[in-house]
Amino acid sequence: MFAFIIRRVAQALLVMFVISIIGFGIKYSFGDPVREMVGMSVSAADREALRDQLGLNDPIVVQWTRFVDKALHGDLGRSFFYRKPATEVIMKKAPATLELVFCSALIILLVSIPAGIYAAVHPKSFLSRCLMGISIIGVSVPVFLTAILLIYIFAVELHWLPSYGRGETVQLWGFWDSGLVTLDGLKHLILPSIALSSIMLPLFIRLIRAEMKEVLQTEYVKFARAKGLTPWRVLMVHGFKNTLLPVITVGGVQIGIMIAYTILTETVFQWQGMGFMFIEAVERSDTSLLVAYLIFVGALFVTVNTVVDIIYGLVNPMVRVSGRK
Amino acid sequence: MKRFSLVALMLVAALLVFGCGQDEKKEEAKKEVAPVVAAQKVLRLAMDADPVSLDPHVQLSGGMLQYSHMVFDPLVRWTQDMQFEGRLAEKWERTDPFTVRFYLRKGVKFHSGNDFTAKDVAWTLDRLKISPDFKGLFEVFEPAVVVDDYTVDLKTKVAYPLLMNMATYIFPMDSKFYAGKDAAGQDKGAIVKSGPSFANDNESGTGPFVVTEREQGVRLLLTKFDGYWGPRGNLDVIDFKPIANEATRVSSILSGDVDWIQPVPPQNYDGLDAAENVNLITLSGTRIITLQLNQKRVPAFADKRVRQAVVYATNNVGIVEKILKGRSTPAGQQSPKGYLGYVADLTPRFDVEKAKQLMKEAGFENGFEVTMIAPNNRYVKDEAIAQAFVSMMDKIGIKVNLKTMPKAQYWDEFDAQVADIQMIGWHSDTEDSANFTEYLLMCPNKETGMGQYNSGNYCNPEVDKLIADSNAETDVAKRSAMLQQVEKILYEDAAFVPLHWQDLSWAASKHAKNAQAIVNGMDFPYFGDLVME
Repeated sequence: MFAFIIRRVAQALLVMFVISIIGFGIKYSFGDPVREMVGMSVSAADREALRDQLGLNDPIVVQWTRFVDKALHGDLGRSFFYRKPATEVIMKKAPATLELVFCSALIILLVSIPAGIYAAVHPKSFLSRCLMGISIIGVSVPVFLTAILLIYIFAVELHWLPSYGRGETVQLWGFWDSGLVTLDGLKHLILPSIALSSIMLPLFIRLIRAEMKEVLQTEYVKFARAKGLTPWRVLMVHGFKNTLLPVITVGGVQIGIMIAYTILTETVFQWQGMGFMFIEAVERSDTSLLVAYLIFVGALFVTVNTVVDIIYGLVNPMVRVSGRK
Repeated sequence: MKRFSLVALMLVAALLVFGCGQDEKKEEAKKEVAPVVAAQKVLRLAMDADPVSLDPHVQLSGGMLQYSHMVFDPLVRWTQDMQFEGRLAEKWERTDPFTVRFYLRKGVKFHSGNDFTAKDVAWTLDRLKISPDFKGLFEVFEPAVVVDDYTVDLKTKVAYPLLMNMATYIFPMDSKFYAGKDAAGQDKGAIVKSGPSFANDNESGTGPFVVTEREQGVRLLLTKFDGYWGPRGNLDVIDFKPIANEATRVSSILSGDVDWIQPVPPQNYDGLDAAENVNLITLSGTRIITLQLNQKRVPAFADKRVRQAVVYATNNVGIVEKILKGRSTPAGQQSPKGYLGYVADLTPRFDVEKAKQLMKEAGFENGFEVTMIAPNNRYVKDEAIAQAFVSMMDKIGIKVNLKTMPKAQYWDEFDAQVADIQMIGWHSDTEDSANFTEYLLMCPNKETGMGQYNSGNYCNPEVDKLIADSNAETDVAKRSAMLQQVEKILYEDAAFVPLHWQDLSWAASKHAKNAQAIVNGMDFPYFGDLVME
């Protein structure tokens, strides 16, 4: 077991190493950060001087080793635009994204389970057909279009909900700017969460429906029915519980994808999270922030995956055995 | 399993209690301030970006100048019809060809409480002269001479015709406030582009608003400065939030979430015009959008007739009608109307037959193939305009291979002159005709910095001489004749392809009563003068 964990951690470090190289490799294609800092009429010589001062003229290997050296001490560099340490900028923006993802996940959970089960039990009913039809549309319409449509209907035409931003936030625990605890903040959360969930929700409805249909055909469900258990109990305890495993597996992966989708949602709603920060950093050629963000997100994913792998190893001896080879 | 659920439940409960506790506290705090807020006039302002710093000398850009007009005051400012209006300077007179004497307003206070005097003007000019962004414009200035507390002489090295234009950039800063060292041991007055500095995070100007809260990229809260010297509108608070996405910016004013947006995307002009609660304001702007034909890369472009053919084949009136919905001015020259170099006769010349004939005369009746680059997020509809140009060139046999890219990548490519035709827009920082030619069309010269963005490599000593002479000519009529001569030569030579002068656009809630009066062609709305219902 110990050897397995060591191996996993070593692999994780290797991945981080590769991410940092890729981050540096693509940094130049984002343009020149100095251009964004100065006006158009500033001469080439002055721009060169500023570039020297920022160390952007050093050979890329020198820049990279300097970066890795600092990163090992917990310093991911300084954002050119915000004039602050990149980690500070990222940590400031992270709560907004995580709350948005949390609310969307909640919507997905609360809607997809009943809808999926219903569609599996009554596959031919009118409502199921509607659900399936809508889910096709939901998957096919790009999230930014859904978002703009929602804004148009609920903010511009009906004036029910605000059109952009996070609204009033409250600082929890000294660092977490939360919109979940104020009424205004919650109102601002509704549209973006719906927009973000619109991509994943249909997927989950379909997944649950398919799994459920399969499970309902199995011997043990038939046996449970034959035993005379209430239909509800058969459905929930014998049926639904057994569809959960694949749903959770897919769900874990999709959470990561959802964090990626926030880039579009956050841009449309001017949501001050990490996705919006990322797209703005690209537009401003804030390369130091970009590299820091890649490292940060990379570290997040690698950590989660490594932990999951280790837990799998603990739970399932088969994984451990193959890992030892 | 049961134990686990119990723990989870307790956690959730604890979170809820904690969260609600916070919420209650917040509620209490809100109740206390609520009555005050209700009586205040608040302008909720949304632009595409917020100022990059609180230090007005850190960047020469539209956004920073807009900020400067809210928090600082210039010596003089432009009015809507391009006249000078005294702000911190009450009056001024030219005492000799090199000097203008400014008589300063008395009793003006900075936000810090310090008195405003001539020393602050001198200090600010010194600082402008070392700012990487402004030093080019202020190169020609000598250090200011303080005559007494309320009189200051601005001197230039040559008889400089644009001294007053430059005075619109002098926003006196509080020299006492920015003196000394900050906690990190850095000079408080230091201009720092990439790191933290005192001036990046603190301000003391004389302007109508004080910065009370700022989270960069998220919010800038400005409140009324009680010690303001002059007449003003009735705003108590400006709540400024950047909204980068065009569609979101437009919906936010339609839904009433904000009171003022700028810029307005052209595809929404009609919609906003029709909206009941919004006023759309447009003003013809001074930024010229041009294409440069690189004579070094393409020998054919060194032939005047070919360049003329390209200009004749370009239907810029059509571009303005179709792509910009008529909200822009088709251009035949660089100088917009109102500038000294503007010549009314130099109109757009669209004539495909003439263009074909010129191509034939030059021996290119079979056409040729060239490359072109343009940005896709820098100017209004830049990509669509570039595409329209490509199809227009097709008609005279010039096959253009267009590549567009975001502005972050564009300027390096532009400088490297990677393509035969390159797009560039230019706004004259001096609000004067000579500036266009200096940057875009004078012979490129690394030492003098002239022709810095001349990727067409057009070079005409006669033009260079006229511009140089005009920069030392203080007689307006003579100077105007020189600059008009330049425009005529450039027109005849087809030194560049003029496209249009980009319109400026704002959309304001109907509650903003004098919105039309506070805007101007430089795109610095004077929010200090705004009156809200």
